[in-house]
Amino acid sequence: MLKPENKIFKNLYNDLGWEIESALKRDDWKDTKNIISKGREWIINEVKTSELRGRGGAGFSTGLKWSFAPKEVGSRPHYLVINADESEPGTCKDRDILRFEPQKLIEGCLIAGYSVNAHVCYIYIRGEYFREGQRLQNAINQAYEKKYLGKNACGSGWDFDIHIHYGAGAYICGEETALLESIEGNKGQPRLKPPFPALVGLYGCPTIVNNVETIAVVPTILRRGGKWFASLGKPKNTGTKIFCISGNVNSPCNVEEEMGITLKELIEKHAGGVVGGWENLQAVIPGGSSMPLLPKKICDTITMDFDSLIENKSGLGTAGIVVINKDQDIVACMARIARFYKHESCGQCTPCREGAGWMWRILDRVVKRKATFNDIELLSDVTKQIEGHTICAFGEGSAWPVQGLLRHFRKEIESRCREEPLIKKKSNNPYLVDQHLLEKRNA
Amino acid sequence: MPKITINGKEIEFEKGMTVLQACELANVEIPRFCYHEKLSIAGNCRMCLVELEKSPKPIASCAMPAAEGMNIKTNTAFVEKARKGVMEFLLANHPLDCPVCDQGGECDLQDQSMYYGVDKSRFVENKRQVKEKYMGPLIKTQMTRCIHCTRCVRFATEVAGVPEIGAIGRGENMEITTYLEKAMESELSANVIDLCPVGALTSKPYAFEARPWELKKTESIDVMDAVGSNIRVDTYNWEVKRILPRLNNDINEEWISDKTRYSCDGLLKQRLDVPYIKKNNKLQKSSWDEVITVFAEKLKTISPNEIGGHIGDMVNLENALGFKKLFSLLKSDNLEFREKKFYVNSSEKTNYIFNSTIRGIEESDLILLVGTNPRHEATMVNARIRKAFAQRQVPIYSIGNPGDLTYNYNIIGDTTDDIKKILSHDSEFSKKIISSKKPIIIIGESALELKSGEYIIEGFKNFLKKNNFINKEWNALNFLPQNASTVGLLDLNILSKENEKKNTFFEKLNNSKFKLLYLLGSDNLDIKKNNEFVVYQGSHGDRGAEIADLILPSAAFTEQNGLYENLEGRVQECKKASYPIGESLEDWKIFNLILRKLGKNENILNFDLLRSEVLNLIPNFTELNELPKFKKEFAINNLSSNFISEKVNIKEIDYFFSNAISRASKTMSECRQIKYSLKKTGTSN
Repeated sequence: MLKPENKIFKNLYNDLGWEIESALKRDDWKDTKNIISKGREWIINEVKTSELRGRGGAGFSTGLKWSFAPKEVGSRPHYLVINADESEPGTCKDRDILRFEPQKLIEGCLIAGYSVNAHVCYIYIRGEYFREGQRLQNAINQAYEKKYLGKNACGSGWDFDIHIHYGAGAYICGEETALLESIEGNKGQPRLKPPFPALVGLYGCPTIVNNVETIAVVPTILRRGGKWFASLGKPKNTGTKIFCISGNVNSPCNVEEEMGITLKELIEKHAGGVVGGWENLQAVIPGGSSMPLLPKKICDTITMDFDSLIENKSGLGTAGIVVINKDQDIVACMARIARFYKHESCGQCTPCREGAGWMWRILDRVVKRKATFNDIELLSDVTKQIEGHTICAFGEGSAWPVQGLLRHFRKEIESRCREEPLIKKKSNNPYLVDQHLLEKRNA
Repeated sequence: MPKITINGKEIEFEKGMTVLQACELANVEIPRFCYHEKLSIAGNCRMCLVELEKSPKPIASCAMPAAEGMNIKTNTAFVEKARKGVMEFLLANHPLDCPVCDQGGECDLQDQSMYYGVDKSRFVENKRQVKEKYMGPLIKTQMTRCIHCTRCVRFATEVAGVPEIGAIGRGENMEITTYLEKAMESELSANVIDLCPVGALTSKPYAFEARPWELKKTESIDVMDAVGSNIRVDTYNWEVKRILPRLNNDINEEWISDKTRYSCDGLLKQRLDVPYIKKNNKLQKSSWDEVITVFAEKLKTISPNEIGGHIGDMVNLENALGFKKLFSLLKSDNLEFREKKFYVNSSEKTNYIFNSTIRGIEESDLILLVGTNPRHEATMVNARIRKAFAQRQVPIYSIGNPGDLTYNYNIIGDTTDDIKKILSHDSEFSKKIISSKKPIIIIGESALELKSGEYIIEGFKNFLKKNNFINKEWNALNFLPQNASTVGLLDLNILSKENEKKNTFFEKLNNSKFKLLYLLGSDNLDIKKNNEFVVYQGSHGDRGAEIADLILPSAAFTEQNGLYENLEGRVQECKKASYPIGESLEDWKIFNLILRKLGKNENILNFDLLRSEVLNLIPNFTELNELPKFKKEFAINNLSSNFISEKVNIKEIDYFFSNAISRASKTMSECRQIKYSLKKTGTSN
């Protein structure tokens, strides 16, 4: 259980007010000039010491990512881009940061921008977060008034500007390269990697893309020291994390907790328990809709951190915990998720474009009890043909939830399937014979 | 050179290559749909997945840069499975209507699914249905077949320079379309048909005409403009069914213009298949015997200097030489091939060819267009200029306003005074030229038609020569002719010295000094007919035949062998793909009929001898398909000061109707109609 003094986001529930005055009381913008004066090397090293891992889903080491940016600015400027396109179903942590702790983000932007040599930062906000965008703009304006941004930002000698860019509501624009395309005004479709954005990103310039939460925790880490952050949580899965608990729980909430807390504690303590009691739990999606679900047996003991979830063939993702109790039709839930991915596929590369819809259609048949046993094998094959064959991680994101379902709830699916309606004997018919005529005769 | 291991074999590759290119070096075939050498890399079909050692996922070889020490495997079960998976997805929503699809037999999807796919589909859902899109009179769409490789989108944006094709919608609902469903405003639009790996974009005029394996394929040369694009003529029996581009990186790369591709239906229409003779002011069908007799009689009664001959835009060199020989026997030197009076100086080959070469455009760092619209006059040259512009941001300038050229350029003036300023170093632009490394000056016929035409080209020549831009490595002076025959006929010295200097032919023509006018495939000449006896020898019933008193039907360019010299001075062979229609004959055979009738049997022409003579006559000739070679230094001419201040007007040519064949083509007239209706109605429709 996280001690109150170790909490980074003290105003997660807006008890203290979001305006810059109250944020200053919570130690935002304290010593920022000092921190920057210690230099890039120190900042990046401190972030590396803290072992902060990206909070956007992939869990890549933030300090390492920053160190990929070219050390010297060449002919092209560097950019910092903040990914606030929080579209993962079951996730709403960035929203509360944007609404209630915007100064933490803005301060983080300045420090991160300085460490990667960027004078300009774009914050790409999900189109639906219109109010949040306005709130953030107000906060940015307040920071400008206090001279924390703009020319010689915060007295550090570093010029820094932040621009907000609204998305148009496509899930795929949360993928970092699709996000860059979208900022440039193109259709939001992921780019091929390599080259990675750290070398060729926005407008072909070196660009560092980070999640809102990652950037927002950086100032506190630097103020309290990387060692402090690393002392929280588990080794290699350090620090605190905002968990979003939703679904069949008594009081859905966002809560900041230490990494490595057990799932059961998280749900029982903070979300008021599963509706109908822990025994009524059927499964949990631990990290937003794109992560495979976990059945109750695993949920009993699992701890919430990157590595232990990967061990159980799932992932922490965005830490959007969706609780599903036994009142729900688990296959229908997954079919709905598959439909979401079918709708959000950008359509650029083949496996995801054709496969996402196919998966949904098969699952839909299972839900309607029109599927056959062969369809289960087929479904499993389709997920494997998508996984790893696509340009971006959307392929995995759409295939993993279905794979999770197949892994843990195969019996449930099988109970809804029936035999092939036509009796098929395995016979070596010549290729061009009309199959349906033969089948009729056999039947 | 760095090394890469492919299927256990170590090979060397050049830096900057992709894994796919390295695999090609190793003779390992990689299936692909979206990858195309001449387009940017999209990496979206995922067919080219290969195994990279130590990588858990297969990699897309078309997009992955090859690196030292990579270990690539393409023949493992892992790769096979990945390919099968992708193939199954591609076929999931692809209709299996190959029997009624025009791409059948030359379909990438068909071929590759045979090698890399599974024979049976497991997809039992309803297939996606996509509405057909309108893409103009050339492109037939069947968008249900589309596999979203985006080759057409990339071609339109990158090569054609008209970003009019794109993808709308997302995921399964993604559709390729011209956004407003109108015809693509490009002269290169039909190349998307060749690019399309499936039958989504097929040729509208060729729809359901033939199957590829039924066609006889002849590798030939295009004569619609002076570029000499390399083409393949596909014939079914004697009928030319379609024309396709042939890869030649020196000239047309993999593209051809719409006119080149679709004028071929004009070869079936308006054809002259029997000799005609005018009786009672009406053309009547006749026989070879009769027309030749009448012609020979006529020739005997007319004095030689009252006989004029004009050679048309698509006449090959052998026939032109035969024509010249016939005229020298008739003791007349009133020969002309220009359609308008423009200045030429045939004393040196560099004066009238595109010296920088088409490929050289890619190396240049400054391009100046003088009185020319390359988009319409030489579409493939324009495509190269666009390539230089798109890839290297080469600055392009123009004197005169050519309109939309698909790239950005600056107009630095539209009078000859602006040229004078450049040549006399009074302009900032002269410094720009001098400070550039490889400038290209392209002078069009419109500029040479001006009264100061001589001043312009000779002036530029001297200017470039003085600044050492005409040397053995680089020659910045370029003339852009409009007709396929122009350069070759200049080489054959068709124009007499007197005619070249003083335009005596046009003088005589305009003053009705000719009693007999012999038109060899010449339809673009402006003639006001008075009392001349006009003999027209050609393939099409067009402007020339309209005023003729005697029509001698001859073969079109696809129906006879012949040499053409393109604007770079490259001699290329146009091959016989079909047979002369009806009673028509090859041009040189007709000359023989006339010679026999005139009793000059000792002068009978022979095609092989004509060809070897042509090759001997062409100065600086090296070999077929190669550039001419220059040995001696280029002289500086004394500039005669006939400068006249006037406006540089770029004459607009009727692009889709520029010669007899395209005027006879139904497809071309449809294209022309759409082009003009678009102009007329603007956005109101």
